[in-house]
Amino acid sequence: MPAPILSLHDVHKSYGRGATRFDALKGVSFDVLEGESLAIVGKSGSGKSTLMHLMALLDQPTSGTIALSGTDAASLHGRTLNTTRNKTFGFVFQQFFLTSGASVLENVILPLKIAGVGRSERRRRGLEVLARLELDDKARNRASDLSGGQKQRAVIARALVNDPRVIFADEPTGNLDTATGAVVEDILFTLNREQGITLIIVTHDEELAARCDRAIHVRDGLIIDAEAVAA
Amino acid sequence: MRTIDVIGSAVSNTFRSKTRTLLTILAIFIGAFTLTITTGLGTGINRYIDDTVASVGASNGMTVSKNAPDAPTGDGPRAYDPNASTTRQGPTLTAVELMDDSDVTALRAIDGVTSVTPIDAITLDWVRHGDGTQYQAAIGGFFSGSALQLAAGAQPSDTSSELQVAIPANYVDSLGFDDAASAVGQTITLGLTDGAHQAQQVDATVIGVANPSLGGAGTTLVANTALSANLHDLQSTGLPAAQQGQFRQASIRFADSGNAQDVTALKTRLTDAGYTGQTVADQLGTFKTVIDAIVVVLNAFAIIALLAASFGIVNTLFMSVQERTREIGLMKAMGMGSGKVFGLFSLEATFIGFLGSAIGAAIGIGVGSLVGNALGKVLSNLPGLHLIAFDPLSVLGIVLLVMAIAFLAGTLPALRAARQDPIESLRYE
Ligand SMILES: Nc1ncnc2c1ncn2[C@@H]1O[C@H](COP(=O)(O)OP(=O)(O)O)[C@@H](O)[C@H]1O
Ligand SMILES: [Mg+2]
Repeated sequence: MPAPILSLHDVHKSYGRGATRFDALKGVSFDVLEGESLAIVGKSGSGKSTLMHLMALLDQPTSGTIALSGTDAASLHGRTLNTTRNKTFGFVFQQFFLTSGASVLENVILPLKIAGVGRSERRRRGLEVLARLELDDKARNRASDLSGGQKQRAVIARALVNDPRVIFADEPTGNLDTATGAVVEDILFTLNREQGITLIIVTHDEELAARCDRAIHVRDGLIIDAEAVAA
Repeated sequence: MRTIDVIGSAVSNTFRSKTRTLLTILAIFIGAFTLTITTGLGTGINRYIDDTVASVGASNGMTVSKNAPDAPTGDGPRAYDPNASTTRQGPTLTAVELMDDSDVTALRAIDGVTSVTPIDAITLDWVRHGDGTQYQAAIGGFFSGSALQLAAGAQPSDTSSELQVAIPANYVDSLGFDDAASAVGQTITLGLTDGAHQAQQVDATVIGVANPSLGGAGTTLVANTALSANLHDLQSTGLPAAQQGQFRQASIRFADSGNAQDVTALKTRLTDAGYTGQTVADQLGTFKTVIDAIVVVLNAFAIIALLAASFGIVNTLFMSVQERTREIGLMKAMGMGSGKVFGLFSLEATFIGFLGSAIGAAIGIGVGSLVGNALGKVLSNLPGLHLIAFDPLSVLGIVLLVMAIAFLAGTLPALRAARQDPIESLRYE
């Protein structure tokens, strides 16, 4: 059995101190296997985003450990941490976070620019990934000129361009109508199936969660059994 | 992120909000423009003074006079001394003791003095070309190593045995020459009265035509060594023996180490020996100090304008950081280091500073040159004066200074951007 790509052990996360202290996560443990698709489901305010930020190494747990391919994340700092995040993760957010004035291509190659990839190589890989998402004819357009579905495809292209091992998607279809949302879902699951990219989707949509290999349900900072949800 | 990409991104971010950037650049432009003009003014005037120093006397030369034995202690007039001669230097009346061969020996003995030449005051009666009108004229000797600002011809020669004279440009017409160039090589006649009250005349060749400049150079005829000696001999002819070989001033040369302290030390030794020494730089020094003070004040105003403009940069960048919160958060989530984020914003500020100062300096040079030329025509009695001149190094210095100020102004907003927490920036519920 391969080592889990992400492994959480008794993770706690608290915000604030003293009287205003709020425990967003109260002891969460689970593994994410390489290549699987995992849904993190729960109501608004249950702690899903907090959990995702911790898994994406954007934040440190108050206590407990998170390991990336067996390496304790607490041992990663500064440049190493930044490089790891840049090479390993891709992000798809509910809001698109595209720079509206810049071209679609410029937006998509941002992770490569941050990684220090050269200009022509960036362009080549950017156009390639846009072609895969059928957006190559929009490469020169300003990001603000795209429709909602096209924007989310551009965001997926940006998440993909640096060949990540894990894609985090926080409410990826929340801002899209049902038809467009379904298209974006298909793209994500195809990537997961065909390229073996681990997919972690944060959602409150049970239907989307059901399409994943596995779902973790979060309530008030704790994981509850799938049976308890069904019940 | 590669440094080149940080720079490229900073430059393109600058143009994202065009109106805001333009207004900020305009504010910096005004400061840089003013600074360029005021510095140009200082450069122009000081360069002219430096040229003039060369035309008045060599830098290793000094004019020495003998102090009257009873130097005045109060403000009152001094007692009459039959052996003293009065000279007027500007508004002050100074009595100097006449000197003779014993003073030459004494001066030569002073440490550092390499040569002593008596300055023979020669009184000309008139100057004339051919059979033309006689004009009043004053004549002085030529210091070798100094330079006249020539309109035509060459500097008088120290070593030539030919009797040479340089004439001021405003004598060209009067003496009946078509222009400065055609005067060169012509013979003019100088008239004077000798010691026996007899009229004498000497023919001399016009070697050059000098433009007037500060310090009185170029307003009198200038004789080379051969002509000076000739005129002096003539003037002394028939003088009573007691009055022969006397002179009021001597020019000395000293070993020039280029060190101002050595010159000061030499002056002290001269004073101790009862003489007063003045270099040309001394005579023009006060003038230079005043110019420098004026330029410093003008520059201070320009710097104040720049400081005001730098608050514009702070404001512009804070707005820019505010607007790009999400983008910064995203870049940091994607692995961009805080240092690079800081670099991105502080470079943007520096680039705004560069644009404002480069445009300000360029237009400042253009306008300054135009105004300088126009003023040059108004001040045409001082040819060679470019009121506003530009030294590439100081212009570069201005651009770098403004970029440094802009960078400093950018650090505050850039720090805020660098410290931003990506999670906070990306939170949207
Ligand atoms: N920085 C913070 N400071 C204080 N409380 C926070 C902070 N971030 C999140 N929380 C709280 O933690 C809880 C979980 O938030 P979040 O993980 O965003 O929930 P979800 O994504 O499931 O809606 C919420 O009650 C929220 O108010
Ligand atoms: Mg959330």
